[in-house]
Amino acid sequence: MNRKQLYQRLKASGLTKRQQKIIAAEMDDCGDHSVPVPLTSLPPLADLYGPDDLDCLQDLRVNSTTFNVRTLDQLLERDRLRERDGFPRKIRIGRMVRPGRNTEGKVVVVPTTVEEKFIHDNRFNQQQQGEGSGGGSGQGEEGEVIGEQPVRPEGEGEGTGAGKGKGADHEMESNAYDLGRILTEKFQLPNLKEKGKKRSLTRYTYDLTDKNRGFGQILDKKATLRQVLQTNIGLENLSQSEPIDTTKLLIAPRDMVYRILSREKDYESQALVFFVRDYSGSMAGKATELVVTQHVLIYSWLLYQYAGQVETRFILHDTQAKEVEDFHTYYNSRVAGGTQVAAAYRMVNDLVQQEALDRDYNIYIFHGTDGDDWDREGRETIPELKRMLSYASRIGITIAEHSYGNAGNTEVQSYLKKSGLLEQAQDLLRLDNMSEDEDEDRLIEGIRKLISE
Amino acid sequence: MELIDQKTKAIMEGCKERARSAGLRFGDETLEYLVTNRDMLELAPKMMIPTLYDYWVHDVEVLREKGKYELYPGNPYETVINTRPAISFYNDNNPDWLNVMIFYHVLAHIDFFQNNLYFRHTWDYDLTGQALADKRLIARLRSEHGRWVDYVIEFARGIDNLVAFHGELSQLHRGETRCSARLDFFFDIFLQQQRIVSTSEYMQQIEAYNQACEEAGDMGEQSFFAGVVRKYPEFEAAFDRYESEKSTQSPDLLQFLIDHSPLLNREENHWMKSVLQIVRTTSIYFQPQIRTKIMNEGWASYWHETLFLQDDRIRGHEIPFARVNAGVTAMPRVGLNPYALGMRLFYFIEKAADRGCYSFAYRRLCNMEQKRHFDQKTGKGREFIFDVRENYSDFTFLNSFVDQDFIDHNQLFVAGKRLDEERMVWQYYVKSRHADDYRQMLFDSLYHPPKIVLDHEKSREGALYLNHIIEGKPLVAEYIANTMLGIEFLWGGPVCLETSEAVVKGESDEKGLAAEITWKRVRYQMKERKLERTFL
Repeated sequence: MNRKQLYQRLKASGLTKRQQKIIAAEMDDCGDHSVPVPLTSLPPLADLYGPDDLDCLQDLRVNSTTFNVRTLDQLLERDRLRERDGFPRKIRIGRMVRPGRNTEGKVVVVPTTVEEKFIHDNRFNQQQQGEGSGGGSGQGEEGEVIGEQPVRPEGEGEGTGAGKGKGADHEMESNAYDLGRILTEKFQLPNLKEKGKKRSLTRYTYDLTDKNRGFGQILDKKATLRQVLQTNIGLENLSQSEPIDTTKLLIAPRDMVYRILSREKDYESQALVFFVRDYSGSMAGKATELVVTQHVLIYSWLLYQYAGQVETRFILHDTQAKEVEDFHTYYNSRVAGGTQVAAAYRMVNDLVQQEALDRDYNIYIFHGTDGDDWDREGRETIPELKRMLSYASRIGITIAEHSYGNAGNTEVQSYLKKSGLLEQAQDLLRLDNMSEDEDEDRLIEGIRKLISE
Repeated sequence: MELIDQKTKAIMEGCKERARSAGLRFGDETLEYLVTNRDMLELAPKMMIPTLYDYWVHDVEVLREKGKYELYPGNPYETVINTRPAISFYNDNNPDWLNVMIFYHVLAHIDFFQNNLYFRHTWDYDLTGQALADKRLIARLRSEHGRWVDYVIEFARGIDNLVAFHGELSQLHRGETRCSARLDFFFDIFLQQQRIVSTSEYMQQIEAYNQACEEAGDMGEQSFFAGVVRKYPEFEAAFDRYESEKSTQSPDLLQFLIDHSPLLNREENHWMKSVLQIVRTTSIYFQPQIRTKIMNEGWASYWHETLFLQDDRIRGHEIPFARVNAGVTAMPRVGLNPYALGMRLFYFIEKAADRGCYSFAYRRLCNMEQKRHFDQKTGKGREFIFDVRENYSDFTFLNSFVDQDFIDHNQLFVAGKRLDEERMVWQYYVKSRHADDYRQMLFDSLYHPPKIVLDHEKSREGALYLNHIIEGKPLVAEYIANTMLGIEFLWGGPVCLETSEAVVKGESDEKGLAAEITWKRVRYQMKERKLERTFL
């Protein structure tokens, strides 16, 4: 069913004014979901101190891929000491991700900090002057509009993908596993509950359990003695009537029995995580950035907790849902189109059912959205959600509210509340609501909310 | 980092000759280094000073969304640094013609550093040498006191934007022949502020002083004060009190802590003072850079353009030059470019001064037509801009010379940005073409640290009381706690900060219905690392 048909159907069942508006905004959004080429953003209006000689004259900038001198661990250790000395921590772990197609799961960790001083708050000034003012030159009467820029940028531009665009930042590369470790240690997220050991995995631990003759790590004395006796009996070196004279025993090298380090199969519960992201038109800009960033953090963290055993599936949805192969595509796809949450949930349910995933896996579903849904009352969404609750270990829904909407009043939130599922299945379903302007710390807090016991 | 090769150095020397004959003045010696990306990575956080002390924050990506340059007033990524000899940095694959252009740009910067009076305090020593000594001292302290050195650096840097740059500067610009402190006090403070005498009485005293000098020559002052004491018996006591009070005054918060902090004055904490001193001196050293950014870049752009086009050695490279030059000095349709703005202003001033427009004769004209055709053909434009580069800073430069003529001539305007909710687009529009508005917009984007003074009267019971004098903007609230934590540590006792918070009623919209703002005084108190906020 395409957008138009869906709209007709919804219209037939009655729409509120507000909903009309939301739908109208996304109705004519004919963008596509391709992975964007990074764009450069517009310069700020009044930035006198931005340009510098090296950049302007010689095109010299700090190369973004260069390694930093100090290791992350040292910095974090310093931070720990700070806390012990009674000062607040100062290092924040940046989010930057560069999931390339080839290097799957590559995450760039950027430690950031800020040096606090007493400075004037220039944001205040901007608020007072409407939306800001700055310099300009050229033709145009007073009051004349000289240019426009969409509020919802075409695609997500550089915002989500490449971090700061120009790449004038020093950074340190680490893998997702490292980020997960940092998250676990730094933020002390609670561990996910292990849902029973369902199935053996091809994962090994090494232990001194196997026996080997001739060589090995530890001599198994009892077994060796038994072997020696057996050999000597075979050689008729021992007579049954006389007491055994151990000095006369012959010892062949192969009689020595050792314990040897060996590979053991390990049994561990395994997890499958569905990342579901709303990539409808209304998600443009910060909302998407927030959601993907959070998903990166969760992804990394799960990778750490489940020691690489976490399997991931990526679902994108507008009015229709689509599964994509890798994180790169999931992360970078442009926003466009309308919104129908139910489509995505249905897809997750179908996948689980068809592949009988619930038998073998702990299933986690993380859904990021701005809370818009054409299906205002969740008539289709709620049943799908209920179905989902029957097998999932945890469903975490993050709503990144737009700054132009009313807080806590999005469709998704209101129908979830109305359904009472949040209370009934408190253990399985979590909702986190935040404003799209929030920072990293709030995101971490959000994850904690989503996955706490 | 290695030096440029001999051939390139010869080009530089050629540039120096040409620049000198055009009137620029700078030291003979300069050092030019080639830098790689790796070098840049290390230099950038140290404001391009290779020998600056090490500090862990330099290794971390620093969040700069909020208040960028307010926090880092030094000019990172500068091609040339203000040292003796001046050091400049180059990409190793610049073609010769580009190097010529950059050399002129650099030489003009050096000329600016070495002649603009706002840099007066940097003329007497070499920062690279000083910084190296500081770096070694800090390294030694670190080996003795470990991470506590970094805490002290951190806390000192937290208030290093409040240094009394202008205070230091004014010390250097005092005239040679001055009156004695006693005389200054008598006429400036005692008579005008303490006794508050009538004008005629004041004039009588001046008369009496002149007469005493005439009669007694060198002993004049002494005999004058003999008379003063007879008339005002309390004078001597007042003067002594004033002197002793003055000696306890410190120019800024950092210096105050060095002088008077009970914690720093403990025997075992004396080393902290050296750290504070280093942070303070370094900060003051960088202060003029950001306060002359527009002038400095404008001046350098003016000269690289002028001198490049006259240089006979690189004929035939005008087109690539034009491309690069336009990239640097083109006025953006929206946004500000300090290079373009400063350069245009220098050209404009030169032309105007050539016509003699900065004269009374011009100012008293009220007829536009007469103004337009006014031309005294003074030929003093060049001389005038040299004078400007010596005596002005960004604020005085913009305030004095950005006028309606300049705005009209360059078609400048204040650009606004607003949200069109119907179509969900940001609109950029021409907000105003008035010089006053344009100037105000520039002033609003100029660097300006908050004014925070010590309130001695309210500093009671070992507490330090800071007073933020509000200038239309509140402080960044998120930063207050940690900054005060640092001050508390350095002071060794509770610290209070009085500031204002804006209470905004109603919402502002584009139609000019501005929101109503009232300021509410707030006091923050940091005591035992706990912050309390109370409304006054």
